[in-house]
Amino acid sequence: MIQAERTTYLNEDLLPMPFCPGCGHSTILEKLDEALVNLQLDPRQVVLVTDIGCQGLSDKYFSTNAFHGLHGRSVTYATGIKLANPDLKVIVLIGDGGCGIGGHHLLNAARRNIGMTVLVFNNLNFGMTGGEHSVMTPVDAVTTTTRYGHVEQPLDICGTVQVNGASFVARSTSFEKDLPDLITQAIQHDGFSLVDIWELCSAYYAPSNRFNKKLLYATMDELGYDTGVLFQGDRPEYTRAYRESVQDQRGKPLIAPRPLDTRYTSNLTGPVHCAVAGAAGKKIGTAAAAFSQGAILSGLWATQRNEYPVTVKTGHSVADVILSREDTVQMGKPSPDVMLVLFPEGLKKEQARVADLSEDAVLYINADLLPVETRARVVPLNFSATRQKKEYWAMMGIAALLVDTGLYPLAAFRDAAALRREFAEKNLAAIDASAGLLG
Amino acid sequence: MREFIDGAEAIVRGALDAGCDFFAGYPITPATPILLHMVRELPKIDGVAIQAEDEIASMGFCIGAAMTGCRVLTATSGPGISLYSENIGLAIMGEVPLVIINVQRMGPSTGGATTTAQGDIQFMRWGMSGGYPVIVLSPTNVLECYSLTRRAFNLAERFRVPVFLATDKETVATRTTVNISAYEQVPVRERTLTAAEAEFIPYHVAQPDEVPPMSPYGGPHVVRFTSSSHNERGYLTKNPADVEGLNRHLVAKIDEHVDEITLVMTDIQPGAETLIVSYGLTARAALEAAELARAAGHAVSTLVIYSLWPVPEAAIRAALDGVRRVLVAELNLGQYRREIERLVRDDQQVIGVHRVDGQLISPHDILQKGELL
Ligand SMILES: Cc1ncc(C[n+]2csc(CCOP(=O)(O)OP(=O)(O)O)c2C)c(N)n1
Ligand SMILES: [Mg+2]
Repeated sequence: MIQAERTTYLNEDLLPMPFCPGCGHSTILEKLDEALVNLQLDPRQVVLVTDIGCQGLSDKYFSTNAFHGLHGRSVTYATGIKLANPDLKVIVLIGDGGCGIGGHHLLNAARRNIGMTVLVFNNLNFGMTGGEHSVMTPVDAVTTTTRYGHVEQPLDICGTVQVNGASFVARSTSFEKDLPDLITQAIQHDGFSLVDIWELCSAYYAPSNRFNKKLLYATMDELGYDTGVLFQGDRPEYTRAYRESVQDQRGKPLIAPRPLDTRYTSNLTGPVHCAVAGAAGKKIGTAAAAFSQGAILSGLWATQRNEYPVTVKTGHSVADVILSREDTVQMGKPSPDVMLVLFPEGLKKEQARVADLSEDAVLYINADLLPVETRARVVPLNFSATRQKKEYWAMMGIAALLVDTGLYPLAAFRDAAALRREFAEKNLAAIDASAGLLG
Repeated sequence: MREFIDGAEAIVRGALDAGCDFFAGYPITPATPILLHMVRELPKIDGVAIQAEDEIASMGFCIGAAMTGCRVLTATSGPGISLYSENIGLAIMGEVPLVIINVQRMGPSTGGATTTAQGDIQFMRWGMSGGYPVIVLSPTNVLECYSLTRRAFNLAERFRVPVFLATDKETVATRTTVNISAYEQVPVRERTLTAAEAEFIPYHVAQPDEVPPMSPYGGPHVVRFTSSSHNERGYLTKNPADVEGLNRHLVAKIDEHVDEITLVMTDIQPGAETLIVSYGLTARAALEAAELARAAGHAVSTLVIYSLWPVPEAAIRAALDGVRRVLVAELNLGQYRREIERLVRDDQQVIGVHRVDGQLISPHDILQKGELL
């Protein structure tokens, strides 16, 4: 079926639009309609995303898809829509006010070069809320929030998005004859395009500043603003570039359970709470995970909780591992049954728990850290003598602890330490080197 | 067969099995692992995962993608939820299905990045203008991270509303042993769409509690979305009848279907005078406390609430029946206790067990407060 040529994209039964007499918004929207007619796009393939403000009242009058959201956030919805369906033509209508509150999103859409067209309805003030100044209000202008004159520098939205990567940048006014063509070009452009369109706010900015078409052009001159296409570049559009960059991942297996079969047995009866206290960057978490996995290979249930500062490469690193016979809820105990203390950072952090250990508890501790105050049975481990790298002390200490306590077979821990093949050799060597630790 | 897994991975696997194909988020401890998993996984199924410029944009991306046909997920923690707020309101108003993982950390504000808390319980429900409802589920362990994430996606589709998974640093970051066959396989609920040949009236419902079918941007219909008060065609309106109809609909579609959302676990002991109520990770301590109390000869009942919002009032009232005292254990200073307090009879006493020192509530804390030692 051949679609008859569309002569308008306006919802004619809903017209007229609600703008004040003389407001530039109506003119710009008519030009947008002309551009859409030029392009003859399927209205279902166009999404008009409108920001908040007077210009945001316009989506209703177009027969395309529409999304009317929050102030300044239009670019984020547009980004989501384009990311989900790169074939859509996404057009954002935003005010100079929206460019202020949503500036961060504009920068990032430009930087990423998201395929969308942003039309800035730049009437130099907030129309809807009563003529307050915006980030684009010229110096010295009188607005309801700059009664005594405006001393802020206006934002050059074109320059801003351009230096941040926008691939099509243009400036125009509601008076320019070629505005429909400019908008057409912007929509056709494959990448982030923005057209800053100057216009008159007949309710506020124009009367407050005796502003008219002539002064509008004079102000643009003063600021050194040209009209027409200011920049056009050729950079990959983001939503397609993203898909290309991850293409080789397509069809790869998704993350799935990594089963640990029961190959060993353990005589453990009640739950045992073990705490390993070490230092950042010394593979405490990794060794504790192998300890847990070895327990699971021995038919036990293990839970591992890690504690470390936000700056992960400095200070303490502590792992609590709770082993139990049954799959019961295990919150851990107030005081561990077994502690392994490897480095000063861990001891400093865990001093209180070390001191609180009961007489029945066992403290395996790097001999260099002795003496410590505790009621637990102390088992010194002579790491320095083994000449092993500190990164492996946790593995070694756990191996020694397993041999001494018999919580579960050392062979299970060896299997667990070899689960990640790339580390297997070094882990196993460390476990072997632990034999002398207990002295 | 068992595996050793943390809550973050369980959530991600639950989301993928629920058909999630879009993720946007901004790094924040302790929710970042979910972002990292999604960035790795989604390209494998031709999905999209992106680090947004901030949490406002994360939600904006998710909302745009959801309206373009995606099943979307985002994950953050307290400070991020604050930034999500305006768009949560928008998602309620525009009826956007989406799932938000809140990995709670200690507040207020930046609080304690690596410290567990349950301080956002009222915030998730009321943290947007207008005060219209959302759904909040809370898992107590890793297995439930998986199954409740799947349920969250289904509820988001069923009710076209943001659904939170209220979890916490402890549950997400702690690795534990699970039986692989124990993951509950919740069937996927597909999005209800308007047939291609049918007329699409974006917000048309015959009854207030109905949920309008959707149609994606780029699909067979012209689609209109607005966060302003709108009529059934998605046109902005101030017509009192339309506005009231819309606002009552947003409430009715949830409130009249609480039974479809309610998820609790009750363990009633005959003759028990004490009921321990809890949710999230604190429920683990509550269950352990109950076991210990029973072993010591005290009859106690327990109620674990998985669907925190809407409040499962009928289920709570049923559990309250016959008890004299209610212990409410939570890692805040009594946020959900308020909901229990308004449901008890005058002769029932509500006792809060709270901690805000960054430590977990232990079974012992509950027993001590409840004089059950
Ligand atoms: C978050 C938020 N803050 C403030 C407002 C109030 N508000 C409505 S329109 C507007 C300014 C719009 O100005 P502009 O973007 O220039 O659009 P215009 O009305 O001039 O077309 C403001 C601040 C709002 N809707 N949302
Ligand atoms: Mg304006």
